[in-house]
Amino acid sequence: MSAAQESIGPAAWPEHAARGPASKRIIVGYGFWIFLLSDIIMFSAFFATYAVLSGETAGGPAGKDLFHLHTVAIETACLLLSSFTCGIASIGARAYNALMYYGNKALTALFGAGFLALEIREFASMVAQGAGPTRSAFLSAFFTLVGCHGLHVTLGLMWLLTMMAQVFAKGFRADILRRILCFALFWHTLDIIWVGIFTVVYLMGVAP
Amino acid sequence: MLGKLTWAAIPFDQPIPLFAAGLVGFIIFCVLVYVTLKGWVPYLWREWITSVDHKRIGVMYVLLAGVMLLRGFTDAIMMRSQQALAFQSPGYLPPEHYDQIFSAHGTLMIFFVAMPFVIGLMNVVVPLQLGVRDVAFPTLNSVSFWLTATGALLINVSLVVGEFARTGWLAYPPLSELTYSPGVGVDYYLWSLQISGVGTLLTGVNFVTTILKIHAPGMTYMRMPMFCWTALASCLLIVAAFPILTATFAMLLLDRYLGFHFFTNEAGGNMMMFINLIWIWGHPEVYILVLPAFGVFSEVVSTFSGKPLFGYRSMVMATLAICILAFMVWLHHFFTMGAGADVNAVFGVATMIIAVPTGVKVFSWLFTMYGGRIVFATPMLWSIGFMVTFVLGGMTGVLLAVPPADFVVHNSLFLVAHFHNVIIGGVLFGAFAGYTYWFPKAFGFRLHEGLGKAAFWCWFIGFYLAFMPLYALGLMGMTRRMQHYDVPAWHPWLLVAALGAAVILAGIACQVAQLVVSVRRREEFRDVTGDPWNGRSLEWSTASPPPAFNFAVLPRIEQRDAYWAMKQRAWQQAEPGEPHYEDIELPRNSATGFICAFFATFMGFALIWHIWWLVAASFFGAFVTFVVFAWRDRTEDLIPADEVARIDRADRRARGAALAHMQSVP
Repeated sequence: MSAAQESIGPAAWPEHAARGPASKRIIVGYGFWIFLLSDIIMFSAFFATYAVLSGETAGGPAGKDLFHLHTVAIETACLLLSSFTCGIASIGARAYNALMYYGNKALTALFGAGFLALEIREFASMVAQGAGPTRSAFLSAFFTLVGCHGLHVTLGLMWLLTMMAQVFAKGFRADILRRILCFALFWHTLDIIWVGIFTVVYLMGVAP
Repeated sequence: MLGKLTWAAIPFDQPIPLFAAGLVGFIIFCVLVYVTLKGWVPYLWREWITSVDHKRIGVMYVLLAGVMLLRGFTDAIMMRSQQALAFQSPGYLPPEHYDQIFSAHGTLMIFFVAMPFVIGLMNVVVPLQLGVRDVAFPTLNSVSFWLTATGALLINVSLVVGEFARTGWLAYPPLSELTYSPGVGVDYYLWSLQISGVGTLLTGVNFVTTILKIHAPGMTYMRMPMFCWTALASCLLIVAAFPILTATFAMLLLDRYLGFHFFTNEAGGNMMMFINLIWIWGHPEVYILVLPAFGVFSEVVSTFSGKPLFGYRSMVMATLAICILAFMVWLHHFFTMGAGADVNAVFGVATMIIAVPTGVKVFSWLFTMYGGRIVFATPMLWSIGFMVTFVLGGMTGVLLAVPPADFVVHNSLFLVAHFHNVIIGGVLFGAFAGYTYWFPKAFGFRLHEGLGKAAFWCWFIGFYLAFMPLYALGLMGMTRRMQHYDVPAWHPWLLVAALGAAVILAGIACQVAQLVVSVRRREEFRDVTGDPWNGRSLEWSTASPPPAFNFAVLPRIEQRDAYWAMKQRAWQQAEPGEPHYEDIELPRNSATGFICAFFATFMGFALIWHIWWLVAASFFGAFVTFVVFAWRDRTEDLIPADEVARIDRADRRARGAALAHMQSVP
């Protein structure tokens, strides 16, 4: 082993190593990113399943009989706008501007709830037409993939409201700012997944 | 009110499980009474149950693994004795009970023995080896442990309330669908693994972050001990593979609970998709288990040969190569699916390629030993036993990777022999090597050597007696999971296998005795230096057991084998002066993990028995627990510099005396 080569002094250390443990903000953000990657992998399993089963309609309705791109476009707009306001809220939090924070978080929640309402309406109308998840493997895969995203949005809304209450009770403390960062990462990830769903499920589903 | 749960769920008509459950329940009751009468409850609550200290959590993981090993081994010995007796007779286990036993054996051994064992070792060792004070997310770590314990608890509840799955350890559909398994057995399986799977995933996230972002000054990636690298590779695999398990089980649950059609025979479902998905998790899982074991062997072989690890860089490369290849071979678990010659050939070749980095590792261990002054302590015996056994298992693995050969022995006892060969010879021997090697670090005294060696020889010989006959039986055409059989030629081999299981039982008895004897004679085995094996990495540079803050002052690392280098320097020059002590902030203990697991247990149980109000109530309880946790104002406790200095001075005195003694004995 080239021991002499190894034991060169601190000047040659990479910066991250010389400093020792990273700051809490970096650790928390990084760890949450790793978690989000695992979440994306879970979605990829649902995407793969959907890809395998998308033709298995068992004589029932297919995507082009069921999907209304008009509604989906509004859903997409809701979600993207909510991400925009979520970003503005993060800027507000960093500037310790409570009004900017609360206002934009409230808008985020509103757009998120709007998205959910549209999605639930879509699901309900499909079930009413007899195209529920038990009808065929295709519909099972559809409801699971899109529903799992919807479940994430629901949990995100619970988290968001909790965070608003927390800022109200505790102010912009360092640990709360870290949580705001994590929430923003989470919310943007849901956008990325929605872009995948919009393309793979809806656009490709109605394509001739 | 109670969903599907009625008195009929308790198996009053089946004496074996009822008696076993009664006995276990009685033992647990006695332990609880003893602990309460001794007044230990406040201590356990304060120092262990609510602890967020990675060393304590690691010890609890290993304890859980040990207890579950006893349970899983009981299943094993029942299967071996059933097959020894069931020649032209029904044996003593009825088929529906035998099926539960082999399903429970596999599930327990993989998820609740091997996983907690390697995760426990990582917990105890990785932060110490990196020279830091804790993992990235200490409270999350406690949540992970308690969720794993919840899964183990639910599986054991199935002994007495209801039944366990009869579907094998991976619950293949359509057998595991509601049509063919209408009972709660598969639901117990699915929910306990979902809950413990969340715990495992969080551990993966935690340790990837810890290893990549938190180390002592100067601890660059290429100076990390080998165990840290293998733990990193293992946790990367956890992060990438466990979400797929969660998704797959979620789909099966939707099939069973809400009538979806993912894996059903009708309405377009595709059961082979389950088998693909589960093995996309399942094959990486094999490496999740064995890579940390490889890390343990690297540490042990290097320490007991008194040499740095041979080919460190190629070991790192080999580890990461295995990490990537792990995701490219899943289809070799079902070559008989009929994917076609081309697909089978690609997966067969990919499988054989894994033998290359693994071979690199075996040669590196051999060359590390070459020319070294080898000390044949118990951990080293496990390591050498591993090398012999694992190479054999690897060779049968390469044989199974040849699709035409695989068609012949598919689902036979040859396969069973192969995977026990690599899991016992690889993972379990590694876990035992690590347990013996790091026990003095965790508790401050060594384990009894004689009993440790006896345990090794019993396990080693017992393993060969129990599993070599299964290779022969597989080639003779005996399939796995047979409750009885009529072929006279098989009978003698199964008798030898049962004898092997009895020898392994003797090995386990030696291990229990070793623990008891060592605890009773702990003053005799006390290690005051913190470095009982003349170790090389940083965990040996602090006291045994380490103080809550691990290191009074974070060490500065200038080369690989950091503690070895420090010892060399200390010999050449006088002990440097006392460092400058500062206040240390440590995360506060928290009951969050325990309370979450409390609610998760009820939620899992309620989901299994369709008690919907309890599901909602437990979910609400878990949510409130998190909010309460998030509302804390004080998250850290301060240890004043004086206290740090007092603890550290005592350690430095003991260590200095030991060093002086070693210098005087050339």
